[in-house]
Amino acid sequence: MELSAKKTFIEHFEQAPMYVAVLTFVGFGVGTVFGYLRDFMRAWGLEKRNVAQEREQQKDFVPLYQDFENFYTRNLYVRIRDNWNRPICSVPGPQFDLMERVTDDYNWTFRFTGRTIKNVINMGSYNYLGFAETDPNALKTVAKELQRYGTGICSTRQEMGTLDKHVELENLVAKFLGVEDAMVFGMGFATNSMNIPALVGKGCLILSDELNHTSLVLGARLSGATIRIFKHNNMQSLEKLLRDAIVYGQPRSRRAWRKIIILVEGIYSMEGSIVRLPEIVSLKNKYKAYLYLDEAHSIGAVGATGRGVVEYFGMNPNDVDVLMGTFTKSFGAAGGYIAGKKGLVDFLRTHSHSAVYATSMCPPVAEQIIRAMKCLMGLDGTTQGKLRQLGKNTRYFRRRLHEMGFIIYGNDDSPVVPLLLYMPGKIGAFARRMLEKNIGVVVVGFPATPITESRARFCVSAAHTREMLDTVLNALDELGDFLHLKYSRYSKSSHPELYEETRFEFED
Amino acid sequence: MDIKSMKNYLYWLYCQFELITCSYLMEPWEKVLFYTFNVSMLVMVAYTAYIFFPVHISTAFQFCLHLFGSQHENTVSVVK
Repeated sequence: MELSAKKTFIEHFEQAPMYVAVLTFVGFGVGTVFGYLRDFMRAWGLEKRNVAQEREQQKDFVPLYQDFENFYTRNLYVRIRDNWNRPICSVPGPQFDLMERVTDDYNWTFRFTGRTIKNVINMGSYNYLGFAETDPNALKTVAKELQRYGTGICSTRQEMGTLDKHVELENLVAKFLGVEDAMVFGMGFATNSMNIPALVGKGCLILSDELNHTSLVLGARLSGATIRIFKHNNMQSLEKLLRDAIVYGQPRSRRAWRKIIILVEGIYSMEGSIVRLPEIVSLKNKYKAYLYLDEAHSIGAVGATGRGVVEYFGMNPNDVDVLMGTFTKSFGAAGGYIAGKKGLVDFLRTHSHSAVYATSMCPPVAEQIIRAMKCLMGLDGTTQGKLRQLGKNTRYFRRRLHEMGFIIYGNDDSPVVPLLLYMPGKIGAFARRMLEKNIGVVVVGFPATPITESRARFCVSAAHTREMLDTVLNALDELGDFLHLKYSRYSKSSHPELYEETRFEFED
Repeated sequence: MDIKSMKNYLYWLYCQFELITCSYLMEPWEKVLFYTFNVSMLVMVAYTAYIFFPVHISTAFQFCLHLFGSQHENTVSVVK
């Protein structure tokens, strides 16, 4: 099968006009002043204290809650806390049901009214291919495996927790990615944090991207290796670090590093940017380093047949030393995998903390992944539709948002779309008003993003129909005018009807 | 209706002010405090401008006159 590689790499990281930055700081300034006022009132007993604080006996010890993060949490985050941790009560498909929740004391406590808000359009779940479904026909094999194996494994991989389902799944994953062998784990976060310490240790060097996920950072810190950070997706920064590492070696002894490993992700979920894989592979070959690629968001979502960024760039999977990914996003299941050469995977089977101590993946979930992967590989005949639909939806959504004049970050092909909001007051207003229009969005602020760049993050799914996307886009248009969010200085026009859709067909 | 669209525009401007200065997030008593502070600052600035505006204008006018006056004398002496 001819796989065509993308030749153009278009990413946008537009900067907002200067007045936006100034006004954002004004907003944070006012919030900080009122934060100090409220803290003063709480300390002097003029106001009831709902916050965490030290006990009487600890008042002479080092203060626990005086740093900026705690100040920010109790004075700014709590005011808009009702937009996060909202409980849902249905499958997170393209539409879902939300439990209605009200607060009587400005977000310190919540209570449920007992009603559910039905059919809220879901723009926040990582349901890229639409496998989060409850259709009994689709889940026939999963139900059968549930009858056969039950739900629990009650053991770890090395004791009695390796089932024939795991072996079948691992062979399928290896075949899907085009590598020699793979190993699956029960939890995606734990795959990173428990396996990086098995691969590197003291005396090794980790070169990690600035915006890597917490699981990679935690795994790197747990390993005890030296960590150096390079600027996000910046190859000059990475090359400089590599050259310095090879020329100067370890800090005091000047010996060569035992291993140099580069940690990157396929799609970065907060920026929507795709890693520059060809340049990284050429750098790694030149300087003899190893590459660890975390494809949590990109497996199943990019590439002509869904095999991730390796296929997106038309490269050989053997170029990447360790391919890691999760099944949580595109496959509608839970868990992660590590794939690569057989020697690597055999080493991990014996030395990984996950293999020795963590419970293995449960059989119905493994069967869900098998069915989703078979669907993607075409062994069922029902697939190519999903990827093509995801590509079309992504391009349509991004194009319309650009035309409306919003600032969007990231690559044109990534299904993760961050829309910049900047000001702290607008975060709460945006999420609440979108919920009033029956659309559920995820807004992100500090500390997950830089303090001045808060954003709303949309995850486009193959299960979204054109009508749903149009509803969302019209609501965004209206809200963008009301909240004044259209900061882009490069938008094409404000009349999208003049642009015909047929010119932007997804090409294989 | 010009009045209606004017009112809508003013309401929209007020909403923008609320969002930018985070007063959208404040509890009612905090909003009262914040607006009182802002309004009192504005009133003070306006009052100061009202008191000092005529004095400043006349001083500036006299200064300019002095500048142009001395120049006029110089050019006249050269021509002579």
